[in-house]
Amino acid sequence: MTRKELSAKEFIARRIALELKDGDVVNLGIGLPTLVANYLPKNVHLILQSENGFLGIGPVPKETPPIGAPRLVNAGGAPCGIIPGGSTFDTSISFALMRGGHLDACVLGGLQVDENADLANWMVPGKNVPGMGGAMDLAVGAKNVIVAMEHTNRGEQKILKKCNLPLTAKGRVSTIVTELALFRFHDGKLVLEEHASGVTVEEIRAGTEAAFIVSDKLKEMEISQVGL
Amino acid sequence: MKSKRLEIEQVASFLRDGMTIMYGGFMGNGTSPRIMQAILDSGVKDLTVIGDDAAFSDATKGPEGIGLLIRNKRVKKLITGHIGLNKEAQRQMITGEMEIELCPIGSIAERLRAKGSGLGGVLTPTGVGTSVAEEKQAVSIDGKQFDTKQTLNINGKDYLLELPLSADLAVLEAHKADKMGNLVYYRSMRNHNPLMALAADTVIVEAHEVVEIGDIDPDHVMTPGILVDYIVYPW
Repeated sequence: MTRKELSAKEFIARRIALELKDGDVVNLGIGLPTLVANYLPKNVHLILQSENGFLGIGPVPKETPPIGAPRLVNAGGAPCGIIPGGSTFDTSISFALMRGGHLDACVLGGLQVDENADLANWMVPGKNVPGMGGAMDLAVGAKNVIVAMEHTNRGEQKILKKCNLPLTAKGRVSTIVTELALFRFHDGKLVLEEHASGVTVEEIRAGTEAAFIVSDKLKEMEISQVGL
Repeated sequence: MKSKRLEIEQVASFLRDGMTIMYGGFMGNGTSPRIMQAILDSGVKDLTVIGDDAAFSDATKGPEGIGLLIRNKRVKKLITGHIGLNKEAQRQMITGEMEIELCPIGSIAERLRAKGSGLGGVLTPTGVGTSVAEEKQAVSIDGKQFDTKQTLNINGKDYLLELPLSADLAVLEAHKADKMGNLVYYRSMRNHNPLMALAADTVIVEAHEVVEIGDIDPDHVMTPGILVDYIVYPW
């Protein structure tokens, strides 16, 4: 299975699934990041945090209580499950887990990332102002901030010299995964570490405004093969 | 001991125009629908409300929560972290009908906790270098007046000073209450409820079940009863 036979989103999610280690405590953002859970290798069990107040997000039960009945929901307000060994708590504990550095990783969607590791992902002025919700707390607190996003948005670049959308957090991104490449920040410098199969460094450079260093260990992106 | 039982019709006696109300819940999960209805029915208006989010405007997706009061134009100002799933709240923000102060959810929680714990504020790294740092906020530090949030560098790291949030009233939803007001919440319905119980001047909780004193193991109490003023019993 190659990159071309998968959607960009699935390819990105499958790559990130290999970033996470068994036992990691992780918060997956809404949308593309949530897909990552579908592709975890068999021997990798994560403890997933839900920002509305629990650890151990589990499969959605076959039958869930109706709207208005007491029920467990995820951060998007949809019914969900909790695994044996899960725990529930109030919002201050939930966000202490983020800010206090108790999460091994978070996976967030991105509108823009820049070469200073700044992230913009919460609003487009004049278009959509949903509110930052928990995104700012997650981005400042998780040990590893993984941004999952398509490399460009209808031709518009997203990995920039400087974000021009309102920031979510300054200098906090650790890893960027797109359908073309994987970058990591090392000592404040953006480094291209992996390319998708058949994608050249020149092609990546053409779609990336930010300056980056090419790792001397540059390699091809591997993805989770679960279910393929 | 005086009974804490409150009939739903009596909620109105605690309400007045222009007051500030905290509401528990996360996407409407843990927001008392009966108390929201009672507030609406009372006719009270120009409210400042403080809560996690504006819940759902589409009733097929989830509970309306505070959206009931927003849709009926009772809210003058909303302090919250997220309005993305309430189209009417977004509309009122854009037209200026309702003032909205967006605050990161973790900062809302800590501002509630600060008020309820007697702290002068909290220093958080969240929002440093973002538009949150430029929000209007009247604060006096060492006798100097500032009109925006202040960024303070403590031991080499930047933090935003977030001030406590206070309110005249908190309206909460609990799964179980004993007659002293000791509370147990169900799953994700806990969210900001315990923090608001600490922070507001008067606390009214709707409980799904009310049990006798002693029926809740002290180790299982999530909000101590001394923080709860009134209990609305189940139907």
